[in-house]
Amino acid sequence: MSTVFAQAPREAPPRAGPGAPRPAARRSLIQRVFGETPTAWLFVLPAVVIIIGLAIVPLVWSLLLSVQDKDPIAETTRYVGLRNYRDLFDDPAFTGAVNHTLVYTAFFVPLSILGGLGLALLLNRRIRFIGLYRTLAFVPVVVSATIQGVLFSFIFDDQFGVANALLDKVGIAPQPFFADGRQALALLVLASLWAGTSCISFCAVIFLAALQDVPRELAEAASIDGARPRGVFWHVTLPALLPVLVFLLLWQTVEAIQLFDIVYGSTSGGPGQSTVVVVYYIYRSIRDVAYGTGAAASYVVAGGLLLITAATALVARRRAASRWAA
Amino acid sequence: MRLRRWLPFDPWHLVLAPVCALLAAPLVWMTVSSFMSNAQLNRFPPTIIPGSLHVDGYRSLFHDAALPTWFLNSTIVSLVCVVANLVFCSMAGYAFARLRFRGSGLLLAVMLGTLLIPYQLTLIPTFIIMEKLGLIDTLGAIIVPSLVMPFGVFLLRQFFLSLPREVEEAAWIDGCSRWAILWTIVLPLARPALATVAVITFLVTWNDVSWPAIVISSEARDTLPLGIASFKSRAQTNPGAIMAADVLATLPVLLAFLAAQRTFVRSIASGAVKG
Repeated sequence: MSTVFAQAPREAPPRAGPGAPRPAARRSLIQRVFGETPTAWLFVLPAVVIIIGLAIVPLVWSLLLSVQDKDPIAETTRYVGLRNYRDLFDDPAFTGAVNHTLVYTAFFVPLSILGGLGLALLLNRRIRFIGLYRTLAFVPVVVSATIQGVLFSFIFDDQFGVANALLDKVGIAPQPFFADGRQALALLVLASLWAGTSCISFCAVIFLAALQDVPRELAEAASIDGARPRGVFWHVTLPALLPVLVFLLLWQTVEAIQLFDIVYGSTSGGPGQSTVVVVYYIYRSIRDVAYGTGAAASYVVAGGLLLITAATALVARRRAASRWAA
Repeated sequence: MRLRRWLPFDPWHLVLAPVCALLAAPLVWMTVSSFMSNAQLNRFPPTIIPGSLHVDGYRSLFHDAALPTWFLNSTIVSLVCVVANLVFCSMAGYAFARLRFRGSGLLLAVMLGTLLIPYQLTLIPTFIIMEKLGLIDTLGAIIVPSLVMPFGVFLLRQFFLSLPREVEEAAWIDGCSRWAILWTIVLPLARPALATVAVITFLVTWNDVSWPAIVISSEARDTLPLGIASFKSRAQTNPGAIMAADVLATLPVLLAFLAAQRTFVRSIASGAVKG
């Protein structure tokens, strides 16, 4: 970050650093206000307008909305304190949505990470056709969540779906699948494990990249010293994967709590309210112009996310520290 | 180990082949059923291996649904976002990597912080902003929030920092402007990083449905995922056409993935392993 050649390329060495003294009188007024390279502001302007305008501003605005009540007819807004939050927790649709999201997350996160690790270990070997295997295994990452939802509600249709046909072949009675609340939630987990930007294949892509960074000599040295394959995995490979594991744990949790697309493409929250998840709840409150409730709901979700990520980061750091100390 | 003596091939094929087949199975079934007639699909048990192939699904798509419009809308959104991200992220990334200006450290930290904001927190105010700008129910409402992704700014900044600065300095001494240095010297060297930004932006914008679902209400403005979701609830009795639409929506990303698998895989992994 230390460029001075913009000012005095001939005299100063390029890495003189920001502390290099320069007489203030030689700098123009614009430079004194905007820093040494005023044009830099033009370079960052589009990014600043979009990112600050559509992330930082809304962040604060949301908080304001969540303590306001807007009358859609009189077009007046008034301060209501924490009433939106209280209403939220009295609303069975919201507590139900929180419940579904937690159940979904509890199944989805461990399954996707373990599945991804397993798949990556399978794909990390020198074997014929490995290129073809990797292509087949990675393709689901680019499939859109809507397509997943639509496709799964087609495959698991209770009347004409191919899943029931296959169950029928092995002598199992047809299942209601998406017509049953519990099974619908389970199928949502299954659908998001299969494809999209947080699926098993996505985790496998990341694990595989990390596995290929583990120096081969380490594993070789361990096996020469008499370690069995299982020992090499536990004591050499897994510790090397730890940072990626922590990253995936956080990423997958955030993705799980923000689940929306697959619900939109398959169940639309049904049957009944059984697959309404929190972001779907927020989506419906925008459609109903209930901004106060929606904003309060999004702050509740964000608070939960913050707690979870902070806890994960803390535990992971402590675990990592104790491992390196040992 | 005993298996290895029996089999003419590596025993791991016995695990890898079924696992990979299972992962690809839903896509295969999607493609197969898009070529079936509704008579073959609307019965129990459904046909698994069709005796004859039909293109009724594809034909009725163009009669009953505005598929070409959705396709065009998706293409416009993705194209504009990819180009805008390439240009704006390069500019911002370059300024953060090479130029010294007041507030650069703070701005960078704020941008980094926005990566941690859960997107649903910004949904409602962003919706209101789009409403004020008169963009609701236009493609602009989908495009504007994705014009610059903070991820791209960071990725490119990191990449620019890793480039040697001597060439740029020589060009500066020869009287080249900052702008010209960025376009003629730095960006040609940054092709791999630019490819990553393009791939991620394309994937995200082509597949996104949550934001378009909120800001778009008329069918003429639907993107592919939106159009397909509404078509699905409208045409329950025509599963062949729904599957055909799925195939056509997946085809572009699928072809892009097959053509540039290395770039895709590296792009997806780059955020996690390096970051």
